[in-house]
Amino acid sequence: MKDVKSKSAAPGKQGGLNAEIQSRIGHQLRAMYDDVVRQGVPDRFAELIRKLDGSEPNPQLGTAGDKNDGRD
Amino acid sequence: MPLTDSLRDDILASVPSLRAFAISLSGNGDRADDLVQETLLRALANIDSFQPGSNLPAWLFTILRNLFRSDYRKRRREVEDADGSYAKTLKTQPAQSAHLEFEEFRAALDKLPQDQREALILVGASGFSYEDAAAICGCAVGTIKSRVNRARSKLSALLYVDGAEDFGPDETVRAVIGGSGGY
Repeated sequence: MKDVKSKSAAPGKQGGLNAEIQSRIGHQLRAMYDDVVRQGVPDRFAELIRKLDGSEPNPQLGTAGDKNDGRD
Repeated sequence: MPLTDSLRDDILASVPSLRAFAISLSGNGDRADDLVQETLLRALANIDSFQPGSNLPAWLFTILRNLFRSDYRKRRREVEDADGSYAKTLKTQPAQSAHLEFEEFRAALDKLPQDQREALILVGASGFSYEDAAAICGCAVGTIKSRVNRARSKLSALLYVDGAEDFGPDETVRAVIGGSGGY
């Protein structure tokens, strides 16, 4: 049988990787990644792109910003 | 091409995956967001060099990767994440056991050589084709394939062979690893 006493099993040695392990790795990787993706676009970046958009100094992101139209 | 509204929206739509890529590369949430910010600034400054109709995410990922690379050369990677600074960047904390598993995975990923890590992330998480990943990394498609394969073998060895005891009870995995009876 295989003698697995040395810790450093050379990674290249494993020819046929177990499909189950591979799918777990894939799953973990995507879970880690998607966790961040799901956070969406932080305000900081939305802001940045809007500012750099050039001509439009018009922050209208659906907030109550356009309420001050002079009416009392 | 000029920065049209739709191009701007597309750039914005790429931000979540740019962040995920940056965090995966750097292992550090704050630094990742700085990287994303620099990427956006650079992209917008060079928007004229973007070819309309070409792959915008790939273009942005290329910029981010190059920034990360040049930054990396200057200061060595901070492997400070043992205390969970990465996990703190997540809004939804995974449940305890899942959290441990997650930390282990993260630590194993950190042990991969940079070339392999980025190839694996681009193909395995970002969902780029081997061709796109090769373009992003500036290497041959075959090189990407072999890096991805080596990354997978190494992760598998780190997580499921060396660390089998720590990883947690999974009958299938144990059966595979402990198949020789253990005497």
